[in-house]
Amino acid sequence: MPEFAVELRNVSKRFPGPSGEIVTAVNNVNMQIKDGEFFSMLGPSGCGKTTSLRMIAGFELPTDGDVLIHGKPMGQTPPYQRPVNTVFQNYALFPHMTIGQNVAFGLEMKGVPKSEIATRVTEVLAMVRLPNFEKRRTRQMSGGQQQRVALARALVNRPEVLLLDEPLGALDQKLRKEMQLELKTLQREVGITFVFVTHDQEEALTMSDRIAVMSGGVALQIGTANEIYERPNCKFVADFIGEMSFLEGKVTSQNGAVVTVDLEGGLTVQATTDDKLTNGQAVSVAVRPEKMHLKDISLPADANRFIGHVENVVYIGTDTHYAVKLKGGQKLRVREQNDHPGSQPLAQQGDEVTVRFAASAARALTE
Amino acid sequence: MLAKLRDKDARRGLLLITPTMLWMIGLLIIPLILVVITSFGQRDPNGNVIYTFTLENYIRLAGISAEGFDPLYLNILTGSLLLAFQTTALVILIGYPLAYFVARAPLKQRNLLLFLILVPLWTNFVIRIYAWIMLLRKTGVINSLLGWLLGLVGIQFTPFDMYPSSGAVLVGMIYEFLPFMILPMYTSLEKIDPALYEAAADLGANAISTFFRVTLPLSAPGMVAGTILVFIPVMGTFIVSDILGGRTEILVGNLIQRQFLDARDPAFGSAASIILMVMTLAVTIFYARRFGFGDEVIAP
Repeated sequence: MPEFAVELRNVSKRFPGPSGEIVTAVNNVNMQIKDGEFFSMLGPSGCGKTTSLRMIAGFELPTDGDVLIHGKPMGQTPPYQRPVNTVFQNYALFPHMTIGQNVAFGLEMKGVPKSEIATRVTEVLAMVRLPNFEKRRTRQMSGGQQQRVALARALVNRPEVLLLDEPLGALDQKLRKEMQLELKTLQREVGITFVFVTHDQEEALTMSDRIAVMSGGVALQIGTANEIYERPNCKFVADFIGEMSFLEGKVTSQNGAVVTVDLEGGLTVQATTDDKLTNGQAVSVAVRPEKMHLKDISLPADANRFIGHVENVVYIGTDTHYAVKLKGGQKLRVREQNDHPGSQPLAQQGDEVTVRFAASAARALTE
Repeated sequence: MLAKLRDKDARRGLLLITPTMLWMIGLLIIPLILVVITSFGQRDPNGNVIYTFTLENYIRLAGISAEGFDPLYLNILTGSLLLAFQTTALVILIGYPLAYFVARAPLKQRNLLLFLILVPLWTNFVIRIYAWIMLLRKTGVINSLLGWLLGLVGIQFTPFDMYPSSGAVLVGMIYEFLPFMILPMYTSLEKIDPALYEAAADLGANAISTFFRVTLPLSAPGMVAGTILVFIPVMGTFIVSDILGGRTEILVGNLIQRQFLDARDPAFGSAASIILMVMTLAVTIFYARRFGFGDEVIAP
C-alpha cells in the first residue's frame, strides 16, 4: 500500500465569484497525508480548508492538479465512488430515517447482506457509545448524540479516509472537549486516517498528529503541533497559533542560524532563522510570551536584554502577564509562571524592568 | 395570577376564532345540513322540493329502478373518480421535475420562476379553458401547425379529432391544476438541506438512489398536500368538462349542476352532492392514513 493515504498534488480551485470575478479558494496546494494519521487543516474562515476537504470527498473537483487516495488519482471520480466518508458540519442526518436506517444507509448502497448490516450497525453504535439507539429518531437526540450518529454512519463503511468538516463546531465548550478526546481515542482504535478541518487552533493542537496551517488558499506550513508552535515558518503561522510578540526590524548580519536585527530606537536583537537572509532585509522577530523573562535567570551572554516600562499587569492565577514597552516604542507581552507558593507579581505598572530572552527563543521571519 | 392569565388567554382565543366559526356555521355547516335534508326529499311536478324522508334519490343514483339496473349514474361517478386519479398522477409526473428544478435554481432566479408559474392564474379560469378550444379543435393551432409541417414534406395530413373529447378534458384539468401541485412540492423540496444530497453521495448513493431514498421521501409532504389540493377540486369541477368535453362528457359536477339548473330536481342533485362528498372524503382519508399529511416525515 502506498505510504500516503491522501495526496494533494498542485491542487487549485477557482470559482466564479458573485460579481463575475474569479475567486481562488485553493491555490496550488501540495499535501501528503500519511496512512493512519490524524491530520488537521487549520485556518481562519475562507482560508481554503473546507474547499480542500470537499475536493478530497469529491463534492468539488480541482480546477488544476489532482487528489490521490492511496496512490489512485481521483480525477473526476464522483463522491459515491470514492473510498472516503465524511462527517458533516451540521451532521446532515436523514430526518426521515431512524438512527439505525441512517447508519445502515452506506452499507445498503454497497449491497452488503442484510444480516451483516444489522451486526455492523449494532457494533458501530456500541463503539460510539449509543447502544440500542437503532429505533430512535434524529430529532429525539441531543447535538452530541447526533454527532456520534454522524460518526457512526461514516465509520460503519470502514472508509480508507474519514473526512471531518468542523464536526465539533456546533457543540458547547464542555462537550467539545469531551468529543475531542473521544475522537482521538476512536481514531487510534480504528486506525483509519482522519482528515479534520477546524478553525480552532487548540482543537487542532490537541488532536492532530500533523497540522496544515492554511491562509488565503495556501498551505503555509505543514508539521506536527510542536513544529508549528516552536518553529513557525512565517509571520501568519506565528501569529495565528498561540500568543506571539513581534519586533519589526532589518537584518544587519547573519552567522549560520543566528541573525542580528536592528530595531527602531537603536535596539539590536539576536534571533534564529531557517532561511538565508540578506543584510538590510525587513524581518519580523517573533517571541512567545512564556519564553521571555523578567526574572534574572541564567541566560547565555549573547541573550537579548531590553530595558522597558511595565504598562499593564494582569494576574490570571497560573501566570501573570506583563505588557512591557521598550525604549524604541516596541511592545512585548511577557508571561511569568507563578510557580512558587505565595508568588507575588514581579513588577507593578510603571516599573522599569529588564526583559530577557535567548536568541534561540526568537525567530526572524520574513512575510 | 397565572390561572387568571390562562383564563384570559382562553377567552382571547375564543374571540379570535369567533368570526371564522360564525362564517363556517352560517355558510358551510347549515347549508350542508340543508343539502342532506334535501337529498332525502322529493321533487314535485313544478320543480319544488317536498320535504319527506325517502331513499328514492340514492336508489336512483345506484341505477336501480322498476325497469331494472341502469349503470348510467354509477358510470358518471366512476368516470369522475378515474379522471381525478389520472389528473393527479399526471400533474405529479409533470410538476415534480419542474418543482425540483425551481427548488434547486439559484436563489435570485427562484422567485422569478415561481412568478412565471403563477402568471396564468391572472387570467380568468373560463377564458383559459376556452383558449384550449383554439388549440385543440379540428381547425385549431395544433392541427394547422402539424398540417403545415407535414405539408412541407409532402405528407397528406388528416386533422386529429381532439375536441370535444375526454382527452381534452384531461388536458384542461392538468393545465388548470398544475400550479396547485407545483407550489406545495416546491415548498417541501426547497426545505431539503443540500447537505443531505451530499451525505447520500458520500455514503455511496448515485443520483437515482439519492432520489428514491432521500429526495422523494423528504418531498412527500408537499406531494400529499398537492394531491389534496388537486384531487378534491377535480372531482367536483364541471366547467372544464362542460367546455372541453361537449355534451357527452359528463362528470359528477356536471350531473349536479344540471339537476339544479336544467332538470330542476334539487333533491336528486343534493343526493349526488352527498355521494360526491362521501367519495372524496373516503379517498382523502384512505390517502392520509396511508401517506399521512406528511407531519411524521419532516423533522420539526
